[in-house]
Formats: sequence, structure tokens, C-alpha cells
Amino acid sequence: MRALKAFFRSPPAIIGLLLVLAVVVMGLVAPVLYPNDPLGLAGRPLQWPGANPRFPLGTDPSGRDIAAQLFHGARISLLIGFVATSIAVAIGILVGALAGFYGGVTDTVLMRVTEAFQTLPNFLLLLVLVAVFGSTLEVVTVAIGLVSWPPVARLTRAEFLSLRTREFVHAARIQGLPDWHLIFREVLPNALPPVIVYASVVMAVAILLESSLAFLQLSDPNVPSWGNLIGLGRSVLRTEWYVSAIPGVAILLSILGVSLLGQGLNDALNPRLAPR
Amino acid sequence: MRVLALAGRRLAASLPTLLLILVGMFLLLQLAPGDTVDALMAQMGGGDAALAQELRRFYGLDLSVAERLGRYLLRLVTLDLGFSAIYGKPVATVILERLPATLLLMVAALSFAFFLGLVLGVLAARRVNRWPDTLISTLGLLFYATPSFWFGLMAIVLFSVHLQWFPAGGFYEVGSGLTGLALTLDIAMHLVLPTLTLGLIFLAIYLRIMRASMLEVLSLDFVRTARAKGLTETRIVTRHVLRNAMLPMVTLIGLQAGTMLGGSVVVETVFALPGLGRLAYESVVQRDLNTLLGIVFVSALLVIAINFLVDLLYAKLDPRIVSGG
Repeated sequence: MRALKAFFRSPPAIIGLLLVLAVVVMGLVAPVLYPNDPLGLAGRPLQWPGANPRFPLGTDPSGRDIAAQLFHGARISLLIGFVATSIAVAIGILVGALAGFYGGVTDTVLMRVTEAFQTLPNFLLLLVLVAVFGSTLEVVTVAIGLVSWPPVARLTRAEFLSLRTREFVHAARIQGLPDWHLIFREVLPNALPPVIVYASVVMAVAILLESSLAFLQLSDPNVPSWGNLIGLGRSVLRTEWYVSAIPGVAILLSILGVSLLGQGLNDALNPRLAPR
Repeated sequence: MRVLALAGRRLAASLPTLLLILVGMFLLLQLAPGDTVDALMAQMGGGDAALAQELRRFYGLDLSVAERLGRYLLRLVTLDLGFSAIYGKPVATVILERLPATLLLMVAALSFAFFLGLVLGVLAARRVNRWPDTLISTLGLLFYATPSFWFGLMAIVLFSVHLQWFPAGGFYEVGSGLTGLALTLDIAMHLVLPTLTLGLIFLAIYLRIMRASMLEVLSLDFVRTARAKGLTETRIVTRHVLRNAMLPMVTLIGLQAGTMLGGSVVVETVFALPGLGRLAYESVVQRDLNTLLGIVFVSALLVIAINFLVDLLYAKLDPRIVSGG
């Protein structure tokens, strides 16, 4: 309750929540507002925003409705962001929990692997994965999850290291409870809040990675993606710059929303910042 | 000397990591559809199966995966990265040609982000919760959320197309025959927009960390002592606080080295810079897996080297690390 109150007293947190809600609503109403294929031909190409009342945000170089792509793109960004973040958080928690709980050789081996992933530039690894497995929506989503887990693992490990020697864990161990119970039922619930807050950072990065990949035309070309539209706009950048400009604003506002929301949650859940 | 020994130990510890990356990447690329010979034959316009077999034997592709991995690692020790069928040159040569542009871009973007982030972070911390702080923190949030490729494109529209202050792409004016200082200036002009584009997100991160770190150090006891001695606020910040507050920023350079290399893929593509990142993009599009593997290797080396330098710098800033205290 206190955390909820603290959250709603912070204007940036509310702005973040509203931005994220706006993107979610955009994704939800997309099929209602634009029931036709957003990648289908809609009208004369390269009509400026406002020039034709049928296309409030104009049309792209192939004569597709930019507004329709924007609304449908919200679904893709959210879908990829959410699924990739879930994958990254799941792997990160598993690796971090095992490393932190068992220590010793398990810890050394798992942390070496984590280090290897962190030494390799994650966008480069993403390129390699896409080069090897193709660029369908599924591959791109899983690949983004696969390159994003190391910070989550480190955070979880740090939490586990400080929690595993607490009395309640000893008490549970003396009761003869198995390790998986200690890890998942005793320690993990206590380690979870900072990890969940950090998930907002992972989600922001995931959205950014997907749009970068789509911008390079290396993501799935058969789904409407904001990054894809920005890439298509490059060919007409000198004159019809609005094609690239509009989806960029959408990406900016989504990432801003997700980060503000995460920061708001962090401030609200952090007991050190609570009013004394 | 002890600094070097300490950093050297950290460097040695990164060798298993490097090996892990190489073996992992090599095995991953075995899953890719088609090999070098397929790419080569496609370039030649096809050929029969006998020729393919001949070529596979020539490139050692007829051996088992384990044998090829062993050979690959052995060749790496002599810095032989293999041959790029697409560019028709050794991979090491291709990469060396592309490395300077990327290094220059990274150093420029890092310096821009580090020093501006430092100054803005200090300014925000000195005026905490007043309008300069609010303005700087808001800008930081906006910069953090801006996709770099989009910022780059918009910068081209504004500064190259409309204002015509900076060139829209390339590394230098091709065919202008510039030399010496004029060439340096020309390259600098070409690098202004890419530097801003690549550095923007790091500027946002650095200024936020610097602000938080300044606030923390400013609340420590030795700062109160310095104040009680009657030192001016400027002297306290420059002589006492800054050095301590910079430690987290330096750590971040090492942590972000890989992210910055990844970011250069996109930025170099936007500005048509002949760098390593653009090479990575081209080798993905052209399925030049040998070159891709080489880039991964060189990038990992680069990240490890940057972390080595960061360790040295860190020990210089904080002598306690070396003395083990």
C-alpha cells in the first residue's frame, strides 16, 4: 500500500504509466481501427501527413498507411519486448540463482559463461544468431532474449549471495527441505523485487534491439515494425523525412514510458527512500 | 608495477572467456545453412559437385567438426583468421582496413559522452532539485530513450540537408586529394554527426551515474571536513569530490565497451562509415561467415583490451585497490 501511494505521488512514474498504457491501447485497438493488412497498398505513395484526410500521418514510399503501421507496430514492439524480456529474466534468474546459491565450481563455471556473453557485444551476437537461424519473428524474439540475460543473472546472483546465509534459509534447511524448495520458495521471492524492477531496463533494451535490427532490414519483413518503417524511409530521407521521423517518435515514447515506469517502481519499492 | 601485475592477472583471467566465446561461436556457425564453398560457388555462378568437393578439401571443410575447430584455434594463435571468399582477401586484412574508422569513432564518442556527462552530472548535483538539475535530468531521460539510428537520420535531415553544416556520410571526401591537416579536418567534420549519434545514449547514462555518484560523495565525512577547513565549494568539488565520484564512471566504460561496439554497427550503417560495424552488417547480408567469426574475435579482443586499460586507470584513480586495503 505504501509503495503504491509513493508510486502515485511521483509525476514521472505516472507519466511513464500513461505512456505505457497508451502503447498498450494502441496495440489493442489496432485491429479495430485498421482491420485491413497494414502492409497492404492503401493509396498514392508519399502523401504528406495532413494532405489527405484518409491518411492523417501520410503514406510511405510503397503507398502504405503510416498510421496503420504505427498502430500495428505497437503490437509487435510490445510482443517482442514482453516475450524477449520474459526469456531473458527466466534465464537470468535460473543462472544467477544456481550460481549464487551453490557457489564454488558451479558459480565459477556459470559466471565464466555470463562473462563470455558480456564480453561479446550483444548486438553482434544478435546479428550472428539472425544470420544463422534466419529472421522470422520467433527467431528474432528468442535471440533478443538470449543476448539480454547476463545483467539479470548478475543481479540475481548478488541477491542470492546476500540472502542464502540468512536465518530463515538455515531454518528451512534444517527442516530437511530440498534445495529446489530453498531456492525457489524461500530465497527467490525475497530476491525478486529488484529483478522485476530491472526487467524494465531489459524491456527498454529489447525494444531498442528489435527496432535496430528491423531498421537494418534484418528483422521479419512480414510484420509491421516501427524500425522497419524508419529503414524504409531512408531512401526518401532528404525530401519526405516524415516517413522515418514518425515511427521514431513512437519508439522514443515507448522506451521513455518503460524506463520511467521502472524508475517509479524502483523508487516506490526502495524502503530507503520512504518518508521517515 | 603492482598496478600492472594486478591488471595483468585480470587479463589472464579473461583468456578462458575468450576461448569460450570462440568455441561457442564456431559451433554456432556450424548450424548456419551453407558454408564458404556454397558462397564461393554462388559467386562463381555455380559449378558441379566434383568442384565443390575439391574446394571443400582445399579449405579443409571435409574434416570433422572437432578437427576443424582444433585447426581454427591453432590458426588463431598465429592471428590467421582465414580467408574471406566475398572480399577475396584474408579476413585479417579486411578487418585491419576497417578497424581505424571504428576505433576513431569509439574514442570520439566515448570522450564526448564521458566529459560532457561529467560536466552535466556535476552541474546537476550542485543544483540538486532546482531547475538546472531538472533540465539536465530530463534531457538525460530523453537521450536515453532516443534510438541512435533515428537520431542519426534526423541529424542528417537537419544538419546536412537543411543547414548543410556537416556531410551526410562517408569517412572523408573521396577524390578531393586532401592531405595532412586538411584531410584531418575533413575526417573530423565527417565524424561530428556519427560521434553525437553514437555517444548520445552513453552521455545519458554517464550524466545520470555522475549525478548520483556526486551526491553520494558530497554527503561523506571528508567533504564536511574540507568545508570546515573553509575551502571554497569549487575547490572541494575539483580537488576532493571529483576523483572519488569518477570511479563508477570509469567502471562503466569497461562495462559499456561491448554495447558501444554493437552500437557502431547501426551508426556506421547510417553514416556509411567504412568501419568494423558496417563490415559486420555486410557480412551478415552476404553470408560471409568467416569474416563474421573474425569480427567476433576482434571485438572480443577489443573489449578485453578496453577493460585492461580501465583496470589500469582505476588503480591510478584509487590507490587503495593496489595496496589491497
